[in-house]
Amino acid sequence: MTWTPAIDNWIVATGVMAALACALPGNFLVLRRMSMMGDAITHAVLPGLAVAFLMTSSRGSVTMFVGAVLAGLLTTLFTQWVERFGRVDGNAAMGVVFTTLFAVGLILIVRSADHVDLDPSCVLYGSIEQAVLDTVRPFGIAMPRAFLTLLIVFAINAILFGVFYKEFKLSAFDPALATTLGINATVMHYLLMIVVAVTTVAAFEAVGSILVIAMLIVPPATARLLTDRLGVMILLSLVLGAASAGLGHVGAITVPSMIFPEVSDTTTAGVIAVVAGLLFVMALLLSPRHGVISRAVHRWQLNFHIVKQDVLGLVYRLEEHPGEHEQAVQRILQDAMDVRPMVSHWAIGRLVREGLLNRMGGDDVRLTETGREHATRLVRAHRLWETYLERHLDLPAGRLHPTAERFEHVTTETMAKRLADSTDRPAQDPHGRDIPR
Amino acid sequence: MSGTIQKPVIDNAKANVDVIATGQEHPEDSPLSVHDLTVAYHRKPVLWDIDLDLPDGKVIGIVGPNGAGKSTLLKACMDLIPRASGRVMVYGKPYKKQRQLVGYVPQRETVDWDFPVSALDVVTMGRYARIGWCWPVTRSHRAAAMTALDRVGLADFAHRQISQLSGGQQQRVFLARALTQEAQLYLMDEPFAAVDAATEQAIVRILHDLRDAGRTVVVVHHDLQTVPTYFDWVAMLNMRLVAVGPVDEVFTQVNLQKTYGGKLTLLDEAAYAVSREMRVKR
Amino acid sequence: MPTIEDILALLTLRDYNTRLVITSTAILGAAAGLIGSFLMLRRRSLMGDALSHATLPGIAIAFLVMVAVGGEGKYLPGLLAGAAIAGLIGVGCVVWITRLSHLRDDTAMGIVLSVFFGLGVALLGVIQNLPGGNKAGLESFIYGKTASMVWSDFVLICGAAVVCMVMCLLFYKELKSLCFDANYARSWGLPTGLLDAMVLALVCVVVVIGLQAVGLILIIALLITPPAAARFWTHRLGMMLVLSVVIGAASGYLGSAVSALFPRMPAGAIIVVVAAILFLVSMLMGPARGVLPRVWRGFVLQHSVLRQHVLRAFYEMNESAHEGELTEVEQTQLSIDRLMAARSWRRTQLLRALRAARREGLVEVASASGGDDENMDGRVYRLTDQGLVVAARNVRNHRLWEMYLIAHADIAPSHVDRDADQVEHVLGDEMVARLEERLRREYPEVLLPKVPISPHVIE
Repeated sequence: MTWTPAIDNWIVATGVMAALACALPGNFLVLRRMSMMGDAITHAVLPGLAVAFLMTSSRGSVTMFVGAVLAGLLTTLFTQWVERFGRVDGNAAMGVVFTTLFAVGLILIVRSADHVDLDPSCVLYGSIEQAVLDTVRPFGIAMPRAFLTLLIVFAINAILFGVFYKEFKLSAFDPALATTLGINATVMHYLLMIVVAVTTVAAFEAVGSILVIAMLIVPPATARLLTDRLGVMILLSLVLGAASAGLGHVGAITVPSMIFPEVSDTTTAGVIAVVAGLLFVMALLLSPRHGVISRAVHRWQLNFHIVKQDVLGLVYRLEEHPGEHEQAVQRILQDAMDVRPMVSHWAIGRLVREGLLNRMGGDDVRLTETGREHATRLVRAHRLWETYLERHLDLPAGRLHPTAERFEHVTTETMAKRLADSTDRPAQDPHGRDIPR
Repeated sequence: MSGTIQKPVIDNAKANVDVIATGQEHPEDSPLSVHDLTVAYHRKPVLWDIDLDLPDGKVIGIVGPNGAGKSTLLKACMDLIPRASGRVMVYGKPYKKQRQLVGYVPQRETVDWDFPVSALDVVTMGRYARIGWCWPVTRSHRAAAMTALDRVGLADFAHRQISQLSGGQQQRVFLARALTQEAQLYLMDEPFAAVDAATEQAIVRILHDLRDAGRTVVVVHHDLQTVPTYFDWVAMLNMRLVAVGPVDEVFTQVNLQKTYGGKLTLLDEAAYAVSREMRVKR
Repeated sequence: MPTIEDILALLTLRDYNTRLVITSTAILGAAAGLIGSFLMLRRRSLMGDALSHATLPGIAIAFLVMVAVGGEGKYLPGLLAGAAIAGLIGVGCVVWITRLSHLRDDTAMGIVLSVFFGLGVALLGVIQNLPGGNKAGLESFIYGKTASMVWSDFVLICGAAVVCMVMCLLFYKELKSLCFDANYARSWGLPTGLLDAMVLALVCVVVVIGLQAVGLILIIALLITPPAAARFWTHRLGMMLVLSVVIGAASGYLGSAVSALFPRMPAGAIIVVVAAILFLVSMLMGPARGVLPRVWRGFVLQHSVLRQHVLRAFYEMNESAHEGELTEVEQTQLSIDRLMAARSWRRTQLLRALRAARREGLVEVASASGGDDENMDGRVYRLTDQGLVVAARNVRNHRLWEMYLIAHADIAPSHVDRDADQVEHVLGDEMVARLEERLRREYPEVLLPKVPISPHVIE
């Protein structure tokens, strides 16, 4: 790996800037279920670029911007027309429009290959490595033109979403309400589309139009998995986008040589998308609230907690009938039926360590003072629920147990109090057992 | 390790025996018996501990307020949504083995009425299970579908595209589709929603005809006024089964109060906490 | 410019190479049109988009693996197998993401297509930098390379098309049921998940086969555009499938023909543009759902509404003049000014309607005293015999509907005229019969074949 600061620093800076600029509108695309509109626009800017190239024969010109932005807007406009006038399913309408525009762009480029040097694959997956070589010197500092463009676009986006944050939020969440409050949903829609088109065009040179989608959609989607708040989501998406850009470039110049000794590096833009994807998968698995693994761990902990509570309740009930309690552990192991004995053993061990059970020598356990308090609360909740269900639902005695069984574990102090109130503080449950206090 | 743990028992030694006993009490010939059915999805508890046996050869209404889980009950019976627990028996056997005995009329809004098929095509779909995989639709099946369309008074509309039918006609197309299944048990999800009075009468007549031919019809229904005239039995539902039985016995002020009156907030709260915390799914 | 000779030679497929290319793309278009129809009806059109982008890393990995085991990197079946596997994994990821998280399927598709494509680009970058020759041309999968098709490609495309055709025919009824009402299909025991998987697998086959011909971005168009175009022409699924196949095939045929005739016309793109043109034509002209037929139907309805208004005006003004049932002899002749007073309509509207009614022989000019063609104001009109019959029927329908509104919808008699106005024009014979049936109790006279008396005062 060779890190040439003059080049590599700028590559990372440009990539980060592209990711930042894209992530802002991307959040709203994801929330408005318009992710694929991002895909459509990024494909469809091709003819706009081609026409602009034909007219000016230069890259980075204002014409190019205008042409591509117009093409992007036409995509949304045509899609809406086809959807409304042709009554075609929205997805299909979008598919028809963007593929057509892409094809037209391709034809234009191939037809005019004599006049302009525009490689469609450059539009499709860009070349950040080349883009940084094209420098400008505003304020006497040399910087890549692409970086400057993206910086400006990011600044504009940041101001726009800062100023209209409320409006974007509301029209993404509830367009009908937004309209009644005087926020024109159509205007907001097209404003977002313009922003997406402008950002796409600014970023295409660095990462190529298809990988723009990765920057538009993936970081916000990842952020969405990590938080349920819009503000935090936007900030996270910026951080994630920047991180994937930075790591992406490092990956592009290190990873290939680990696998293929003779290859030094690969396309940075592609690796940026891959890193963004990997971050997404990690969030999918590990996100504290929605993650697959964290949910599984949480579920396991919860189940273990329930087993522990069940053991406590069982010991309490055994102690109610002193004649049987010498076999407590065996009873636990036999009776906590669909739990494996090993799990019961763990639960007993944990309860002993927590000071809720005492080992009585041999194979027996007893409740400690604290243990008895816990167990009393559980058994009380169970028996109160049985009373409640019997009184209010007219359930037959035989049907009370399973429901009370589920509810006892989630019964809070206040709920227990309300339960007691609404059942006139009974002394005994429907099976004639004492309800402890 | 499972979410719910069957608990020991000293508390419930007798109770457990009872549960098993009620399980066995479900009569073999009941067209639909639901035991201990619980449905909770999207963290929202919808049905709790539903237990019912429906009698043969009756028109049975399921009533309850909005969000009481009426449609959910039907869908859960047909495995269209996952059950947290419970079993459903159709004529004494699990639903999966008895599919051909059950005819389903879904809500009208659930499908795309712009779909390029004619009324006759839709009704013919009722025969597909009978026709079997890969076999083509023959004339006899189409004739059966035509008979069903005629029975609901839409013979003249057989070749119309379905979007060109009125709401009431679309509902009758769905009914005809279920009729061609020649099922023993019909489960209908709000067949009277947004239909005109004449259609409603026509549908009721067909339901009563079905009953007179020995079929059992279960109908999710809204309009309390018509319950006594339309149905023989009624099941009153509000997240739990409040009452089920012959209309003149259970369709009482007291039961209506229980069904539509204030919610049992404690139960709600606990049910929500359980579904959120425990994911009752086994 | 190509000569007529060239065009003929091309369209009749005289040259071996063009024959191969044109028939291949036509068959590919047909297969894509067929399976794309089910994709569209299942509202999953863009799944083809995600799938086709997701094939790129498969191609690159297949190449690397084949080189690593010492084989020929560009062995086509190997590359296509890699593409197919990657495509299916991509679809699997979309399903997996929507199952495991609360993200919507559009976001899941966006993630899969961009990340997979990114991986593909990165791997292509690696391949470019590998020492050793014979690695160029993998990018042709992105845009396609129609002109370089060979016999084996043709066989492959035919094979894929036959598989699609057979599966769709065999499971036609099941797919129809699935697309129309998946819940109902499940209720009678159809394994909907399995069928969905089959559709996606067939889409994958078409996409992978189409990579060679039109490239991975433009194959999406062949999956989406022909079915969407076919839907405008018919309300029947079978017919729609046939048309979609025809449109797909025509796009392939014409597109590759144009591309062969002119220099520097990328075939894949031309095929898509031809498909888009066919779509546009269908959207405008398609009799079932097209825009122009719909506008035309609206126009015709408006016209007939106006005509009915004119006839009713004649009838009712005569009726009020004669207090009761009309006979031809007693007819009063009406001037434009008196007709103008009958309703709030614009003069031009009325004149146009009168002209049309005259053409249809419903109205005639009674006397042209003081008027010629330029000055129609002075003319006096009356109904012809035929016009009288039609007018009587219109008025009868109108009044039946008014009576129905008064009797069954509790609308005040003073308001029914306006309400009935909107409905009477769409009353068919069957509706009229039902109205008569319904009104029998309240108005026994409706069973007589005559015009009932207006239930409200005519101004």
